[in-house]
Amino acid sequence: MAIALVLVLVVIGSVLFHVLSPWWWTPIASNWGYIDSTLVATFWITGAVFSAVVLFMAYCVYRFRHKEGRKAAYEPESKKLESWLTLITAVGVAAMLAPGLYVWGQFVTVPKDATEVEVVAQQWQWSYRLPGADGKLGTSNARLINSDNPLGINPEDPNGQDDVVVEAADLHLPIDKPVKMLLRSIDVLHDFYVPEFRAKMDMVPGMVTYFWFIPTRTGTFEVLCAELCGTGHGFMRGIVMVDTEQDYTSWLQQQSTFAQLTGPAKVGALVDPAKATAKME
Amino acid sequence: MVDVTPHGADLIPPAEVGEMDLYHPHSWWTKYVFSQDAKVIAIQYSGTALAIGLVALVLSWLMRLQLGFPGTFDFITPEAYYQFMTMHGMIMVIYLLTALFLGGFGNYLIPLMVGARDMVFPYVNMLSYWIYLLAVLVLVASFFAPGGPTGAGWTLYPPQAILSGTPGGTGPGIILMLVSLILFIIGFTMGGLNYVVTVLQGRTRGMTLMRLPLTVWGIFTATVMALLAFPALFVACVMMLFDRAIGSSFFMPAIVEMGEQSPHNGGSPIMFQHLFWFFGHPEVYIVALPAFGIVSDLISTHARKNIFGYRMMVWAIVGIGALSFVVWAHHMYVSGMHPYFGFFFATTTLIIAVPTAIKVYNWVLTLWRGDIHLTIPMLFALAFIVTFVNGGLTGLFLGNVVVDVPLSDTMFVVAHFHMVMGVAPIMVVFGAVYHWYPKMTGRMLNEWMGRFHFWVTFIGAYLIFFPMHYVGLVGVPRRYPELGDTAFIPPSVHTLNEFITVAALTVGFAQLVFLFNLFWSIRHGKEAGDNPWRATTLEWQTAGTPPPHGNFGKELPVVYRWAYDYSVPGAPEDFIAQNDPGPATQGGPATRGGPATQGGPATQGGPA
Repeated sequence: MAIALVLVLVVIGSVLFHVLSPWWWTPIASNWGYIDSTLVATFWITGAVFSAVVLFMAYCVYRFRHKEGRKAAYEPESKKLESWLTLITAVGVAAMLAPGLYVWGQFVTVPKDATEVEVVAQQWQWSYRLPGADGKLGTSNARLINSDNPLGINPEDPNGQDDVVVEAADLHLPIDKPVKMLLRSIDVLHDFYVPEFRAKMDMVPGMVTYFWFIPTRTGTFEVLCAELCGTGHGFMRGIVMVDTEQDYTSWLQQQSTFAQLTGPAKVGALVDPAKATAKME
Repeated sequence: MVDVTPHGADLIPPAEVGEMDLYHPHSWWTKYVFSQDAKVIAIQYSGTALAIGLVALVLSWLMRLQLGFPGTFDFITPEAYYQFMTMHGMIMVIYLLTALFLGGFGNYLIPLMVGARDMVFPYVNMLSYWIYLLAVLVLVASFFAPGGPTGAGWTLYPPQAILSGTPGGTGPGIILMLVSLILFIIGFTMGGLNYVVTVLQGRTRGMTLMRLPLTVWGIFTATVMALLAFPALFVACVMMLFDRAIGSSFFMPAIVEMGEQSPHNGGSPIMFQHLFWFFGHPEVYIVALPAFGIVSDLISTHARKNIFGYRMMVWAIVGIGALSFVVWAHHMYVSGMHPYFGFFFATTTLIIAVPTAIKVYNWVLTLWRGDIHLTIPMLFALAFIVTFVNGGLTGLFLGNVVVDVPLSDTMFVVAHFHMVMGVAPIMVVFGAVYHWYPKMTGRMLNEWMGRFHFWVTFIGAYLIFFPMHYVGLVGVPRRYPELGDTAFIPPSVHTLNEFITVAALTVGFAQLVFLFNLFWSIRHGKEAGDNPWRATTLEWQTAGTPPPHGNFGKELPVVYRWAYDYSVPGAPEDFIAQNDPGPATQGGPATRGGPATQGGPATQGGPA
């Protein structure tokens, strides 16, 4: 008997917890409000199913618990009932899947005017690279990484010379401009995760992954690593600041380009392809 | 050797087996240690799995202590935390749940339920256990290795799993883990072939496939899946072992490790993830399907009612098993694989919700108009439905690709998979132990201790994992030993973490009551008799309790009906055993088109 009561309490408690508890997502700071809406819709559909199933169970336990002389019904199957339940479930599932896939379609379609920003992860810090005046990032290769060139930018690629390098410091982004985050790791898996942006993606050594979003709120946001990357994983933090256009421009002007960081004298030494190849073997 | 395997065209085992055809142990050693009797092997598997599971339980306490009270326990460094986390996950999924459901329940129940004298390859069955034990010992050895066990997470993702930034990554920890997994898979394959062949070839006369109890269907399908899925993990482990031990580059691209160029080049870390989850997702159902099967039988028996929609239940098990091989990359939505995969895997993943939902409906519809005995197995079965529905529904969040993006790698995922493949199957394990312990020992488990165990475990587990979803919704990432000062995490989350830790410790200690009960009741439990639950299936109709070597005495039972003839109208009792020829079936419920009408022994052609 107690179990029927507890089952009812589980439903009431879960619903009240959902409605009253202070724990909910962080206020959104990107264009991915659709993700939040899909999530809320999923909560409603699944919450209704959970409540219905558990309350039905509670009723059965209360109504059909063993008493002297009770005999169970003999009812092997009911094609009609089973077909209806299957159909209703399929409709419910489709109702969640369709909007989900629609929003996913947007998520994977990067707008043409998105600015590219590269994030480079390593154990256990974040660095960034912006395309510079030409709007293009130079090529890169993990084999070119050394203390003078921590991001492995190809010194022979003219597109890379004006790239802005932000090593182990905060990233700034202008508000309301779509940005395509190009994600690179030089050692193990990492994941660039800012809860307020909703979007996230793993960073995989040997390849470049990406996601896109539009920052919609100025402020300071914490970056966390969301893919286990070794002992320092829990402490791999960074800062992204979403600025107004003016603040962003003044920040950008204080940053150094790849050419400035390496200096003209050193470029020659770095370009030496024989040295780079030698290291690969 | 047990000679119940059919010869030539004669596919029906003989009803009588001569004394000399059964393998008989000749000494204490071959009877209790190097035993070839599936029942003894089952108890060995279960005992070993529970013992190593106890280690995983203690590791979970240590993790919860750190998460609830960070900074209080000096010995729980981040390195130690990751090692606890990795070993907890791996032990629970592989060495406890897989081994217990298939090696434990599979060995005990398959021969008894299908009416066989033993597994068809008893010697290989024995080897299976000893290799499993070796795998467990190698795993335990890594705790004592220099640098300790690996802390790469149970997913063992390269490159970090074999690099110096991960605990145990450059020491023997990761090697021992990979070797242990390889051994486990070898041992499992031996057992698994046995379970499959026994179900297909070892059934007694009249036991058609559509008369098998759902327990056997669940274990059988899970075993077939495991035989197909584990090779992917096997290959991945061998390749990673090569990468680590001899410097190959299967999964290792050119990287810079702590400022040094590594010698690796050209490997693909994502390829490992595909191999891992090609195994890893079916693995979820390898644990879940036996639980589905067992809980169906618990509900039916204790509600005194036939399982509703038996044929649909069988096809749902088979359908889930097949679909589970095309959903693996839903674990990889944010892995960096091609984003268009998301459309395919989200669709397959949500389709699998349909057969799963059918199973849930049929369980609760079995309760409808039943005669529900609130025994301990029934209570655990009800708790299973609640936790499984809860965990299954949160799967719809994570399976729906775009909803997964903000939630992946947060505590929401941790809460989800613990609810659906931790708590829910373990509820079934407990229900099953309370249900079959009387058959295994001849004694009932103590009722008072059992009820205490049930209430604390069910309510406690729900209180641990339900609120944990909301910690993830706030945005707290998983696999963080401490949260530090993080602007978006309010202090109330820390309070909630303390609460969860207290609940976890409480539930943990309730398991000690369960363990005590297991030992105490062997001597002090109430006498059970042969069929204390008045159940229909063959294991309750044995010659004695516990069943003797050879299970069924001189003659094997002949099966006349399906496993769910409870409360049949007109029958003298509220159950009719499967081997009960009963009154003439003319005009009885069997003619109503239920599965009971399918092929009696007479229509099988008989062995003649």
